[in-house]
Amino acid sequence: METYYKPEDLKKFEEIGKEAPDLAKKFFEYYNAVFAEGALTEREKALIALAVAHAVQCPYCIDAFSQACLEKGSNLAEMTEAIHVVTAIRGGASLVHGVQMRNIAQKISM
Amino acid sequence: MNPEQALQEIGTAERLLEPFRYTLAKQALKLERGKTTTLQINVGLLCNQSCRHCHLGAGPGRHEIMSAETAEEVIAYAERSRFETIDITGGAPELNPNIETLVKRLSSMAPRLMIRSNLSALNERKRGDWVGLLKDHRVVIVASFPSYNEAQTDSQRGKGIFQVSIEALKRLNAMGYGQEGTGLELDLVSNPTGAFLPTLQGGMEQRLRGVLKKKWGIVFNHLYSFANAPLGRFRQWLLQSGNLESYLQRLASSFNPCAVEGLMCRTLVSVSWDGYLYDCDFNLALDLPMSGKKVHVSELSEPPSPGYPIAIADHCYTCTAGAGFT
Repeated sequence: METYYKPEDLKKFEEIGKEAPDLAKKFFEYYNAVFAEGALTEREKALIALAVAHAVQCPYCIDAFSQACLEKGSNLAEMTEAIHVVTAIRGGASLVHGVQMRNIAQKISM
Repeated sequence: MNPEQALQEIGTAERLLEPFRYTLAKQALKLERGKTTTLQINVGLLCNQSCRHCHLGAGPGRHEIMSAETAEEVIAYAERSRFETIDITGGAPELNPNIETLVKRLSSMAPRLMIRSNLSALNERKRGDWVGLLKDHRVVIVASFPSYNEAQTDSQRGKGIFQVSIEALKRLNAMGYGQEGTGLELDLVSNPTGAFLPTLQGGMEQRLRGVLKKKWGIVFNHLYSFANAPLGRFRQWLLQSGNLESYLQRLASSFNPCAVEGLMCRTLVSVSWDGYLYDCDFNLALDLPMSGKKVHVSELSEPPSPGYPIAIADHCYTCTAGAGFT
């Protein structure tokens, strides 16, 4: 079935630089620097990226960082927990706005 | 199978890759022997497990096993060649009926005698005190332990293997293996539990050491992290799961020219269960013999000479990916 998302398109990511090479160069340098070992390990950064990939629902990122997490030494239990963390934040972000709902409802209610 | 047939056997997926020999040539690299210091002995393909990543397709149904006569020829070769390390592998070496003889005789012929174990096969050796024999002869035990995740380990090695492995490691620790000051070395080997590259050894070793100690009180000396070779049963799995092409591309695109210098095939000679010589256990799996022709261990008077070219094929990308396979 035809689909907008094709796994082979991930390899074409760098083609994004064809029309704006300077910006792409800056972005990819920054991107690579972010994922290099620093105060956080590469493994920890890959786990964060995997979780965020699920929050922003990017199939390319989920593909890339599932593999990256395994190759950086995380196991399936750790990867699953990382997704629960982002799910809790995402769900919590909705739920905590219930405070606003309650504020407004109280303001206009008797 | 001759070398040409072996190369054909590699199949169409590899033809999509740049051949390994071209990659070496582009980097002006040659893969030749250095000083051969290690004798690796594959005592047979019989195994009590049928691991899905096994490049040899070892398992309970395999009947290829080193005979007493070949074992004697290998021992004689070790005696006249004096290697620094002798590395016994399989299959499960524990299942070879001549394994006690090999251990007893070879232990005095090299400063370092290693035996590979899948851990569960330690229980299969019913005759005598097998681990006690290894301990008495100061044999280094190199044990397979892919992950501290039970589901992933069992998926690679068979249901229930994780728990059996944990109990075996505890038992080895209780006998002094892996314990500081005993001189009894216990090393672990981790292969990825799928079509992805291995984790860098340093960080993985540190984390594994912490987890094994905290959860089970297990200690070990070193961790070796190796990529899976796209051969044998692992290749079948790659094909069936639709991962073959992407895995081969992953290996090839991770080619690290700096890894070539330290490849194990430069310093190792591998003897198969029937006594023939190969540059490594992967070439043995593919029946790609040393120097392109079958030479029996009984025909050699010394280790292969430095400068001999290593037989290569596209599975060699396995050992040059990332940090390499040394």
